[in-house]
Amino acid sequence: MTEADNPFEAAPIKRPARWHILVFLAPAFLVYTAIMILPLIETLRLSLYNLADGQTVFVGLANFITLFSDPRLSASFWNALSNNLIFFVIHMLVQNPVGIALAAMLSVSKLRFATFYRTAIFVPTLLSFVIVGFIWKLILSPIWGIAPGMMDWVGLKWAFAPWLGRADSALITVSLISVWQYVGIPMMLIYAALLNIPDEVLEAAECDGITGWSQFWKIKLPLILPSIGIISILTFVGNFNAFDLIYTVQGALAGPDGSTDILGTLLYRTFFGFQNQMGDRSMGATIATVMFLIILAGVSLYLFVIQRRMRRYQF
Amino acid sequence: MATARTSYLRTGLIHLALISYTLIALFPVFLTLVNSFKTRNAIFREPMAIPTPSTFSLVGYETVLKQGDFIGYFQNSLIVTVVSIALVLLFGAMAAFALSEYRFRGNLLMGLYLALGIMIPIRLGTVAILQGMVAAGLVNTLTALVLVYTAQGLPLAIFILSEFMRTVSDDLKNAGRIDGLSEYAIFFRLVLPLVRPAMATVAVFTMIPIWNDLWFPLILVPGEATKTVTLGAQMFIGQFVTNWNAVLSALSLAILPVLVLYVIFSRQLIRGITSGAVK
Repeated sequence: MTEADNPFEAAPIKRPARWHILVFLAPAFLVYTAIMILPLIETLRLSLYNLADGQTVFVGLANFITLFSDPRLSASFWNALSNNLIFFVIHMLVQNPVGIALAAMLSVSKLRFATFYRTAIFVPTLLSFVIVGFIWKLILSPIWGIAPGMMDWVGLKWAFAPWLGRADSALITVSLISVWQYVGIPMMLIYAALLNIPDEVLEAAECDGITGWSQFWKIKLPLILPSIGIISILTFVGNFNAFDLIYTVQGALAGPDGSTDILGTLLYRTFFGFQNQMGDRSMGATIATVMFLIILAGVSLYLFVIQRRMRRYQF
Repeated sequence: MATARTSYLRTGLIHLALISYTLIALFPVFLTLVNSFKTRNAIFREPMAIPTPSTFSLVGYETVLKQGDFIGYFQNSLIVTVVSIALVLLFGAMAAFALSEYRFRGNLLMGLYLALGIMIPIRLGTVAILQGMVAAGLVNTLTALVLVYTAQGLPLAIFILSEFMRTVSDDLKNAGRIDGLSEYAIFFRLVLPLVRPAMATVAVFTMIPIWNDLWFPLILVPGEATKTVTLGAQMFIGQFVTNWNAVLSALSLAILPVLVLYVIFSRQLIRGITSGAVK
């Protein structure tokens, strides 16, 4: 590695060349650039090319035009995008409020067994999608009868349906499984934020007669808003890049009838092909590029609009 | 008196809510582990019961060990995870040290560049990663996975570790310099031992997504000899859908190492999160 290889270090350095900086940075920089950044750029570039007569030729935005106008492709793309939005909305409406509620309860001072609850509730987050997907598939399966059996106890047996197998309920069910798995992350981050609120602030609130419920809404919630912002953007990035859970629960076709298809599964099928559909590298790169733009838009919105408007309190 | 009673009531309700949620969180895991030790009939007749001598059976585990090469899968997962974590920690700590210790032109830019990967998932580059691995002849080798996971883990590791390295006292490092230690010795002998707790946190954060990943093993190393536990379990389940003993045993085998590691590292993980490492 010479200085010229690294544009950031190539600049003239006032003191005698400090090679050690280069040595410290080089391995991480090289691996990260070669395996992450360059392939990302290459993928974006590939979305502008396509195969014609066995030759890769530059086609401009033709792939994107095909993606949005070809009746079959555009139908599955819009279907995946809207499913992905629903997937995200369910996470925002269920996972994050439940996580915040759990964190708020855990942070009540002198609560016994708090460590145990926290440890146990975080367990699903550690499990792989294969395990989570299959366990829930078994539990919800009408053959085994765990779910209908338990609903029978509370007199709700009539309400049971094979939710994963029905097009109108499969997406919601899969989203809730994912919520079950990931609720530990917002819980932990919000819990940490709540612990960081200094006692003086809470004591001052108590002196003013603000306690319990209203203390949470009026004092704590505004103080943890930045953390809620962070969990929202983490949820967004995670959801728009999700694949594994759908794949393990519903297979690559994201059935029934594509009702649980999201961008990740669509990318997988398009790029690698599935059953009688041929894999298509250019179209795969095109979908990956669209996903990249969606995630980039979300992250930019967060960094430049939401985070700037949020007040941060320094203690 | 009245306030004391309401506070008891409140604490009681909080416990009730937390216990209910804990049950929801643990129930599926419990169900899997318990039923993996039962006979086929008992699994269906009384799914919620603890195995008794008459219903106890290890037939599922026997099938798993006979049919799937789970020991090999475990070995692959272990190699990939351990080597990736070691590389992430070493390279990440080195880069974090350079960014937090020295002032040089492009420092901020380099920091931002390396932090990009926290928000942009590496998965989006899969098309070109596969192409590159094919060109380099690394498909179906564990090296491919190690490289990808190292790149994936570095951004967050550098971010967390450089926050921690800023807290290491300058006086200590300068004292080392006066004593004639080289910059490398300062890093390896003074700074690294001091940030060990942060390294443990990073190791845990890096480990979970690597051990559980399905996407890259499915795409880069689907060969029998290089399957990881996650992919192996997925394939095995696909083949043995109707053999519930085997499926539940395979799932239990896949859960176990994660649970053991979690029990060992949970303090570290929670301390890492609550001390603000990921905020």
